[in-house]
Amino acid sequence: MSANKRYGMSIDIDKCNGCGACMMACAVENNIPPAPEAANDRRGVTWIRVYKVDNHLAYPERRTAFVPVLCQQCGHDTPCVHVCPQQAVDVDPETGIVGQMPERCLGCRYCMVACPYHARYFNWWDPKWPAGMEKTLNPDVAPRMRGVVEKCNFCHGRWHAAQQKAAAAGQREIDAADYVPACVEACPTGALRFGDLSDSSTEVAQDAQRPESFRLLEKIGTEPKIHYRSRRDWVREIASAPRPEGKDGLRG
Amino acid sequence: MIGGKIAFASGMLLALAGGWLAFPRILYQTRQQPVNFSHKVHAEKAGAKCEDCHSFRDDGTYAGIPTLDKCSGCHTAAMGTTAEEKNFIDQYVTPNREPQWLSYAQQPENVYFSHIAHVKLGHVKCEQCHGNEGGTGALRPYQQDPISGYSRDIWGRPVAPVGLRNEGGMKMDDCVNCHRRQGLEYSCLGCHK
Ligand code: HEC
Ligand code: HEC
Ligand code: HEC
Ligand code: HEC
Ligand code: HEC
Repeated sequence: MSANKRYGMSIDIDKCNGCGACMMACAVENNIPPAPEAANDRRGVTWIRVYKVDNHLAYPERRTAFVPVLCQQCGHDTPCVHVCPQQAVDVDPETGIVGQMPERCLGCRYCMVACPYHARYFNWWDPKWPAGMEKTLNPDVAPRMRGVVEKCNFCHGRWHAAQQKAAAAGQREIDAADYVPACVEACPTGALRFGDLSDSSTEVAQDAQRPESFRLLEKIGTEPKIHYRSRRDWVREIASAPRPEGKDGLRG
Repeated sequence: MIGGKIAFASGMLLALAGGWLAFPRILYQTRQQPVNFSHKVHAEKAGAKCEDCHSFRDDGTYAGIPTLDKCSGCHTAAMGTTAEEKNFIDQYVTPNREPQWLSYAQQPENVYFSHIAHVKLGHVKCEQCHGNEGGTGALRPYQQDPISGYSRDIWGRPVAPVGLRNEGGMKMDDCVNCHRRQGLEYSCLGCHK
């Protein structure tokens, strides 16, 4: 058997221009239907979402940054795994990918509450595609139904395809170039990178070591595998989610 | 007194046997295959090997049941005198219409299965999963669960486990049992998509 991987991503916030190509590529790859009329930020489904943040200063000091947020693939005490009463979430020891099993999910949404990153989404409606569009669905990803939770799984269909290709060549080890999630592939500025964090020669593993690198809510100790970085102090500060002023009574 | 007990017992047996035989028939809808294809005839009369019809593509995906162009080469005109062959040529080859084969092993759309991993890397024989399908002389009826639309091969066990194959079907348990025996454990997304 091949050595276990720890797949992760590095995101250069200073390079992200907020274009949203990653969100679009993700939806197409993973058979996420166009949002119905009644969908909003809370009820729609976006496995990756680009948030806009600013430094709270008035013009001309105002600065804006875009932060793509997807499932952070927590590597330690993965909160969604712990709360699931159905064992519909597991962490693959081979890849480190946190897998969500819609066919096993009962829709209680504990995991959405537990997730510190709001990276999980609930299907409020059955998927509907405009006439003709169902012909463009990706056969490597099963569409989900109303009443279940879903989230990013690093384009698991592409992992299967890469494995299949390796097997055709008589190998169990995949070629890293064959496994790249859709969002990384689509990013026009190269802000997103993907690879095996346990292999110190990969770009992502090196990005994770940079001084300006950080992870979202690192202090809660879930060991997320998405490594952000920015040279701007205010961006790093926002990402560390300081306790709001005057809220000292809150537990944090 | 004794006679009453015998009458009751035989009535009971009759009802059970009736239910035993009839119930699966009610539970499963039976559909016919479009063409009565015979694997045996092709192995014996045409010397065809499995790979001639069931091949892998370059990217490792499995072509599965062959399309009509694999058949037309030999069947442009009738080679024998059987009604099956004539019917196949008249209905499908001449009008160039694909037969809509019903796949006994077809998994639900959320299952990921890779033939090449099993056949090429794992050296698992076709028979171990499909039984003697590749050596049959006629196609058995296709049984379908009318609610889920799944083939009975992957869903229903016969009520009496008589004549079961080694793995007894292609349900999740059957996959996992074989994997466990070989010391393989896959996460949910290993087999699902
Ligand atoms: C290598 C040549 C060859 C190919 C390819 C081939 N066949 Fe045949 N097929 C034969 C021969 C030979 C017979 C026997 C004819 C006879 O003597 O009755 C036969 C017989 C048949 C019969 C009659 C079955 C019976 O019970 O006798 C059917 C139906 C049939 N073929 C369908 C197909 C289909 C469907 C395909 C494509 C998947 C196919 N064949 C591909 C050579 C071929
Ligand atoms: C002449 C072409 C041809 C050859 C040679 C051939 N097959 Fe097939 N096979 C078919 C066709 C057509 C079907 C679809 C009809 C059916 O289900 O039998 C099929 C179906 C099957 C299925 C059933 C899949 C399912 O679940 O519905 C199995 C298993 C199979 N073949 C195995 C084999 C094996 C093993 C061999 C070699 C011993 C072989 N075949 C050789 C044409 C062929
Ligand atoms: C480990 C079990 C296993 C082995 C070994 C195996 N198969 Fe299959 N086969 C399956 C499963 C499961 C499916 C259904 C796949 C799906 O739904 O995607 C299938 C489907 C098929 C189909 C139908 C595909 C279609 O188009 O619907 C054919 C034909 C077939 N197998 C032939 C073969 C042949 C020939 C071999 C030997 C070279 C073989 N299989 C070995 C499990 C197996
Ligand atoms: C008869 C035993 C057997 C059965 C039945 C079986 N498998 Fe496997 N499976 C294996 C073996 C052996 C391997 C390891 C292949 C290798 O050497 O890498 C494997 C590997 C796999 C893999 C990993 C493939 C990869 O690309 O790395 C998946 C996924 C899988 N099986 C799915 C299934 C599913 C789904 C079924 C049921 C429909 C099934 N298997 C039934 C023996 C079996
Ligand atoms: C070795 C392969 C394999 C693994 C690992 C596996 N499954 Fe499955 N699963 C299958 C197959 C094949 C089916 C379809 C046949 C059936 O329904 O039994 C299936 C069906 C299911 C179904 C029923 C879906 C439906 O539409 O009817 C659920 C729920 C499910 N699996 C959950 C899980 C969960 C949860 C895990 C992880 C703990 C898991 N599976 C791991 C192969 C696998």
